[in-house]
Order: sequence, then C-alpha cells, then structure tokens
Amino acid sequence: MIVDLRKFIKNEEECWNELESVLDRIEKNPLDRMSVAEARRFHYLYERVSSDLSKFATFAVEQGTRRYLESLVARAYGEIHEIRETPHKFRPIHWFLTVFPQTFRTHLKAFNVSLAVTLVGCLFGGFIVTLDPSAKEIILPYQHLLQHPSQRVANEEKSLARDRLEGRKAQGAAWYIQNNTRVSIITMAMGVTWGIGTLIMLLSNGIILGAVIMDYILAGETTFLAGWLLPHGSFEIPAILLAGQAGFVLAAAVIGWGKRIPMRDRLRLVSGDLMTLIGGVAVLLVWAGIIESFLSQYHAPVLPYWLKIAFGVLQFSMLVLLLCRSGKHAKSEVETKEI
Amino acid sequence: MGSRDKTLVIQTPEGVVFPLIIASPIARFLALAIDIICVYCVSGILSAACQLMGLIDMDIAGAFWMLLSFALSFGYFIALEWVWQGQTIGKRILHLRVIDEQGLRLQPSQIVIRNLLRVVDCLPALYLLGGLASFLSRHGKRLGDLAANTIVVSQRAVSEPDLDQILPGKYNSFREHPHLAARLRQNVLPREAGIALQALMRRDSLEADARLSLFALIRTHMENIAKFPADVTDGVSDEQYVRNVADILFR
Repeated sequence: MIVDLRKFIKNEEECWNELESVLDRIEKNPLDRMSVAEARRFHYLYERVSSDLSKFATFAVEQGTRRYLESLVARAYGEIHEIRETPHKFRPIHWFLTVFPQTFRTHLKAFNVSLAVTLVGCLFGGFIVTLDPSAKEIILPYQHLLQHPSQRVANEEKSLARDRLEGRKAQGAAWYIQNNTRVSIITMAMGVTWGIGTLIMLLSNGIILGAVIMDYILAGETTFLAGWLLPHGSFEIPAILLAGQAGFVLAAAVIGWGKRIPMRDRLRLVSGDLMTLIGGVAVLLVWAGIIESFLSQYHAPVLPYWLKIAFGVLQFSMLVLLLCRSGKHAKSEVETKEI
Repeated sequence: MGSRDKTLVIQTPEGVVFPLIIASPIARFLALAIDIICVYCVSGILSAACQLMGLIDMDIAGAFWMLLSFALSFGYFIALEWVWQGQTIGKRILHLRVIDEQGLRLQPSQIVIRNLLRVVDCLPALYLLGGLASFLSRHGKRLGDLAANTIVVSQRAVSEPDLDQILPGKYNSFREHPHLAARLRQNVLPREAGIALQALMRRDSLEADARLSLFALIRTHMENIAKFPADVTDGVSDEQYVRNVADILFR
C-alpha cells in the first residue's frame, strides 16, 4: 500500500506547521513556560506527528517528507520526554550550607582516597628534602621557595616597614583565585582518565607541599610556616582535596567496579554531584585567594603569628564543621549514593 | 543524509524511530574555531574596558581583567549552551547542537561538566586528545561528551518538501486508462515507487547522460509492470513517463 501523498499532506500539514511553530518558540525563548492548555496541545501535536511519521515510515517512500517529520519528532521528543527534575530556583546559601556538605559526605570514600594520595605525596616530598635538601630545586616550582627559609623570613619581616604589596593585592588575589581554580578543574577533569590524571595531580601537589613543609621545619621556621600557610591553606588545601574527590568520583563512574549498570547511567548519576563539588571548591578558592593576597603575605611584627595561626585554625575548624555536620538533619538533596 | 554520516537511532516510548545525525569532527572543529574567535573578540572588548578602568585604579583593573578572562574561557561555552539549549555561536552558524545522549534536553550539570572537561580534551595541544577520542568514538564523542552523556548532532533545517514541483497535478493521460493505473498501483512495490519519486526529485542534480539513462531504465521497469497503450505513450519522454507513473502512485 502506498499512501496518497498529496491527500495525506493536505490533511496533516496544519498540525506539522503548528508543531514546528511551537518548537521554534520554545527554542527561541527556552525560559518561557507553557500554560496547561498549551502543554496539552503540544503533547497532542507531538503524538499526532509521531503517528504520521510511523504511518509514513511504513507506507510511504518519499524521503523529503519523512526527513521533515523525523526532524519535528526529534525536536519535540527532547521537550516531551524530559522527566528529570529541573533545578528549582537556585538558593546559594542553602546550596553551600546543605547540598555541598551532603554531597561531600556521600562520596567520603573518594575524599579519603584523595587525602591518602596527597599524604603519600607529602611524605615523599618531605623525605626527599630531608635526604637531600638540594632536591628542592627540582621539586619546587616557585623562585621564592628556593631561597633558604630563614633568609626569606628575615627578608619578609624586614621589608614590612612599608607595604611591599601595595597596589598589587587585588591582582594577587585574582591570580591566586584563577590559578587554583584552574588546577582544581584539571584535577577533577582528569578523573576521566580512569583517575590516573587526578592521582598524578594530587601526588605532585602533595610532593611540593611536603617538600616546603619539611624545608621550613628543618630550618626551624615552623612558626613562620604555620602563620604563612594556615590562613589561606586551611581552605586552599582542602579545596584541592575536594577537587581530587570529584576526580575520583568521576573515575569511579567511568570504571564502575562491580557495578551492573552501564557507564552511561553511572555517569548520569554523578553528574550533579560533580557540579556541586567543583562549585564548592570554587567558592572556597575565591575566599582562599583573597586571604592569601590580603593576609597571608603579612607577617610579624605587622600581624603576630599567633593571630594568623589562630585565624587559620578557626577557619579550618569551621570548614570541618561545615563538611561533617552541616545539613546532616536536612532532607538529602544529593542525587546519588556513592558509586 | 549522506551515507557516511554517523547516526544515533532513538526509539521513543510510542514506538517511533528517528535518527539523529552525529556532527562530524570537522564541523565541530570549525564551530570551535568560530567560538574561539568570538572569545578573542569579547576578551578584546573586556581588555579595553579594563584599560579604561585602569585610569582609576590599576590594581582593581588588573584583577578584573584576570578574573574576567578566566571566567570567559569557561563561561562563554557554559552560558551560551545553557541559554541557547546546546548551541554556541559557532554551533549555531554550522547548525550543530549539543543534546543528551538519549535525545533529551540538556541538564545544567551536563553543560558544566562537558565544558569543564575541555581542559583534558585540549591536551596536549589543539584539542588533540578530544579530537582523537571523537574520531574513535562511535558517536563522535570527545572526553567531555563521554563524561556528560552528551552528543553533538547536526541539525540542518529541514523544511516541508514541495510536492507540487514534481507532481503538479496537471492533466495525466495515463489516467484515461483506470484499469492500468489500478494494476500499476497494485503491483509496484513501495521501494520501486520510491526510486521513481527520488529520481524526479533529484533530477536537476544528475548529469545529462545519467539522467537520460536513469529515466529510461525506470520506464522500462514500469512498462514491464503495466504497459499503457501507444496512443498515450507515443511521443512522451522517459522522464514524463516516470512523472505520470509517480502521479498515479502518489496521488
């Protein structure tokens, strides 16, 4: 049986055109909402055009019309069959204080892996510098870290009579924010390489951190180190660990040890959590960047070390409280259980 | 649709099947090149604005410039794909669209993840890793698409075909013989009818010799199914013969 094309098109053309114009409107103004009547009509048109395509695919051979109907059904399909909950109005404070900590706790295993890898890196970096202090020239990437710690402390404490960072503080903060956020994004994104890239990033960060810490401890400058690192490091280092956590969550979804669901579904399950984790990391790094530029670079006698250390400890305690306790009794808004 | 196009076939719960044409890596690379040019243009404007701001405070202006250019490098793609439902300027120009792998609408998390993973896709340089992944993947996915469950499809605007051009509804002498017309309708397979219609629709793209021999072949084939008397076929060209047959079959 061959469909009487002309009659078929004449009868159905009006619906096709109506559906096309509705789709054009949706695509032009994606934020507009339909009334119930409009949504019903849209659904009716979709079903009718789907049925036309079905008929056409079975009984007709004219390719142009078939392709036209396929394009209409393809466009409408995404709109009609999307049943995943679209995010409600974004509430940043609720998100940061509830959703972010809940997400962190859901993927605690991934965080533990991230922490363990960084600690291994730290121990290795510290061990290397203890064994051979000249190795820091190979390990440490920044020039100011290469000088002897006592020399640096003396220079910086002496130069504080005038503000050596005057006119550069905002730029400094911006540089720290964008550099650390970029590193965090790379650490998270590297999870797609089965986590190997994330592991390398965390390990290399850990080695640098361990080498710096051991260098200052061996030089007897532990107080300076704590006063310099803690104010911003209490947010910055956990933020990198959280980025590593996100990377390992992604890696676990890609690998899917012993999971019976396909990779596509595993990735779908964690995508919202990845966005939450990396969003939380970005917030922490913005704050850390501001503190690093405006506070961390000032030392005694301008800012007593005990004050900086106390500030760092307080900040770290608040972060631990946020991640471990916040939103504990609220209804879970995390999209998935641990993969 | 060219035969070399990769497609993803979607079956709806209603049982309707439709293909999505996967965008070729070349088209995607061109769209990316257009987007990079756009990012450069916008960053040029922002740079000029920050320089003006520098007249008031160099430090703040420098900080703004650093943060804005960083935000632009990721934000351009995320914001446009969010607002235009899977399209950027480059994709719009080349009729490409990012969609969910199951043909559904994009979720915000998918947009963010596929764009954050650009940092891996562009390693070691010039999107080599992403390009390689896209060439090797069945559905042309770069690593960002893989992680976000997205595909990039080609969405050339398909308009309703104008059948009046090929079946103009003029007088058809074959209709003077309704029994032969009925035999033709009964015995011609849909595939054979489709070949006749396609030949008519594509006739202008055929070379002269190919056009003549193709319509002669179809005519011979149709004559074997139902032979119309000489008084209506004499002096009728092969192409007109096929047109008359298609008119009977499709009207």
